[in-house]
Amino acid sequence: MKILVCIKQVPDLESRFKIAASGTWYAAEDLAWRLNEYDEYAVEEAVRLREASGEGELVVLSLGPERAGEAIRKALAMGADRGVHLLDPLSHDKDPRQIAGAIAEYARGEKFDVIFTGLQSQDRGSAQVGLLLAGLLALPAVTTIVAFSHEAGLVTVRRELEGGARAVVKVRLPALFTCQLGLNTPRYPTLPNIMKAKKKEVRTIAVTDLPQVAALVRTEKLAFPDKRGAGVVLEGATSEVADRLIAILKEKTTVLK
Amino acid sequence: MKVLLVGEYRDGKILPSTYETVAFARKLGAAAALFLVADPSDLPRFAGKLYLAAAQQCGEYNPEGHLALLLQAVQAEEPDFIVFLHSAYGWDLAPRLALALDLPQISEVVALAEGAFVVPACNGKLRRTLRPLGQRAVLTLQSGAFNADGEPAGTPQVAPLTWAGSAVVELVGYEAASRGAVDLSRAEIIVSAGRGIGKPENLALIEGLATVLGGEVGASRPVVDAGWAPHERQVGSTGQTVAPKLYIACGISGAVQHLAGMKKSGFVVAINTDGDAPIGEVADVLVVADLKQFVPLLTGKLGGV
Ligand SMILES: Cc1cc2nc3c(=O)[nH]c(=O)nc-3n(C[C@H](O)[C@H](O)[C@H](O)COP(=O)(O)OP(=O)(O)OC[C@H]3O[C@@H](n4cnc5c(N)ncnc54)[C@H](O)[C@@H]3O)c2cc1C
Ligand SMILES: Nc1ncnc2c1ncn2[C@@H]1O[C@H](COP(=O)(O)O)[C@@H](O)[C@H]1O
Repeated sequence: MKILVCIKQVPDLESRFKIAASGTWYAAEDLAWRLNEYDEYAVEEAVRLREASGEGELVVLSLGPERAGEAIRKALAMGADRGVHLLDPLSHDKDPRQIAGAIAEYARGEKFDVIFTGLQSQDRGSAQVGLLLAGLLALPAVTTIVAFSHEAGLVTVRRELEGGARAVVKVRLPALFTCQLGLNTPRYPTLPNIMKAKKKEVRTIAVTDLPQVAALVRTEKLAFPDKRGAGVVLEGATSEVADRLIAILKEKTTVLK
Repeated sequence: MKVLLVGEYRDGKILPSTYETVAFARKLGAAAALFLVADPSDLPRFAGKLYLAAAQQCGEYNPEGHLALLLQAVQAEEPDFIVFLHSAYGWDLAPRLALALDLPQISEVVALAEGAFVVPACNGKLRRTLRPLGQRAVLTLQSGAFNADGEPAGTPQVAPLTWAGSAVVELVGYEAASRGAVDLSRAEIIVSAGRGIGKPENLALIEGLATVLGGEVGASRPVVDAGWAPHERQVGSTGQTVAPKLYIACGISGAVQHLAGMKKSGFVVAINTDGDAPIGEVADVLVVADLKQFVPLLTGKLGGV
C-alpha cells in the first residue's frame, strides 16, 4: 500500500499575532510553529494503516518555506517513511487551488492508494486543499472522517455531522480522506524515533520548478476583529479580582445569592 | 446579481441552515434560486425557482451525484455566486464544484465587504478580506453568521432534476450522537473545561467550582477527544447546545464551533491566560489569569459565602 499524507506547519494559536507589513498576512517573526492539529490525526491514521498493511510506503508531504521541514521531521518521527518538501517561501500568498495544484503535480505520477489530509488548516481554515487535490487526481474523496477501517481495498469511514451524528460511508481505494479532530490518538514521537527520523530521506523540490497554477483569489486585508467591547476585563489571579467577579455575578445574574 | 443557493437535507428532513443561505442572498441583494436534493413531497418555504432532485433516487450523501446535479442547475441558472453553508455537507461539496467550474472558492464567509468577503483566520483570532478574481465564485457561509430574519415563506416553482449514475461513495446509514444521562441543555449554571486545563487531573478544579455553584461540568472538544470527559459533556456544534443563566469557560479559546453551542447563555465568564482569545468577544467578564490559580481561589471564596 502506498500512502501519502499532506501536512502543513501552522503557528501556535496561543501566539500573540501581529499583522505583517504587507497587511495581508501575519508577521512570521516571534511565532512558535507546530504541525497543524488536524494533520496530526492524518499522520497517525496513515502510520497505523502503514503498520497494518506491512509492505508499501508512507510519504509525508508539505508545501512551505524552509521551516516547514520541522513539521516533516515530526511526521517522520511519528512513523512516515520518507518526506517531500515542496519548498515555497511564498506559500502564505498562495490560494488553496495553487497549493493543491502544486501537490497534484508531484503526486500524479506516484499512484498513491490512499491520501490523507487534515479537514482544514488552523490558520487558513479553508477546508479546500484536500478535496481540490482529490479532484485534480480524479480520486474519490470523503471528508470529515472520525473513524477509518480498511479491508481488501474497501474502506469504511464515519463522517462526522453537525450535532455529533455520524454517517457510515464506504468507498473503494484509491481514495482521499480528510481527517477530523478525534479520529485517533496521535502518538508522541519517542526519542529513538526522533533520532531515526533524522536519517530518513527528505526530497526538496522548489515549487518554481513545477508547472505554475494561477491564483483565483486575492487577499486584500488581514485584521483583528472588531472587539464587541461590551465585556469587562479583569486581570490577575488575585483575591480582589475574585471579589470583583463575585460582586458582578451577584449584580448581573440571578444565580448567586 | 444572481445566486444559486444550496440547501441541505439529511435523514429525511430539510435542515434549517437552508434558510441561512436565503438570508445571505437577501443581504447581498441578489435574485436567488435554490438547489436541493430532498423529498419532492416536502417542499421548502421559498419564493423562487427550486432545482429539486429526489433524495430517494440520488442519495443524501453522494458527492459525485450531487455535483452532477448541481452542474445542471448552474448551467441553467448561470449564477454569479453559488452559496453553501460551511457545514459537513457544504465543505464537502463546494470545492468539488469550484474545481469543476474552475471558479475560486471563499470559505466560511462571515461578512460582506464591498464585493469582497470577510472570513476568519487563526481560529477566529483574525479576519481576512478575500476578493475572488473574476466575476463568479463559490462561497461557503459560516453557520449562524447570516441569520434568517423572520419565518421563511413562499412556495417554490419546481424545476426537477434527475441523475442516473452509480454512486462512487456509498452512504450505508447514520449513527446518532451518543447521548448520556446528562442533559446540559437544562442546566442553569455550566462550568466548562477547555484544553487550557493542561492535564486531566485539573478537571477536579472545574468540578470543584461547578459543585459550589450547584452547576454542571461542560467541556470543549479537545478535552473530550483526549478522553478526559465523556462526549455527553461536550458543548458546541458537534456536541450539545446549551443556554444556562451562567456559563464559565475555563481555558477555552472560543472557536466558532464552541461558541455555536453556548452563545445563547445568559451571562458568560471566561478565564483565560490570553487576553486576545476570541472567547473575549462573547464574554461579559474576561478574567485574564491562569485558571490553575484563579479557579481554586474563586471556588474557595464562593464556598465561604
Ligand atoms: C467541524 C468541527 C466541529 C467542532 N465541534 C466542536 C464542538 O462541538 N465543541 C468544541 O469545543 N470544539 C469543536 N471543534 C473544535 C474547535 O474548532 C476548537 O479546536 C476547540 O473548541 C478548541 O478547544 P479549546 O478552546 O479547549 O482549546 P484551544 O483552542 O487549544 O484553547 C485553549 C485555551 O486555553 C488557554 N489557556 C492555556 N493555558 C491556560 C491556563 N493555565 N489558564 C487559563 N487559560 C489557559 C489558551 O490561552 C487558549 O485560549 C470543532 C471543530 C470542527 C472543525
Ligand atoms: N501548504 C500545505 N502543504 C501540505 N498540505 C497542505 C498545505 N496546505 C493545506 N494542506 C492540507 O490540506 C488540508 C486542508 O487545508 P486548508 O484547505 O488550508 O484548510 C490541511 O489539513 C493539509 O492536510
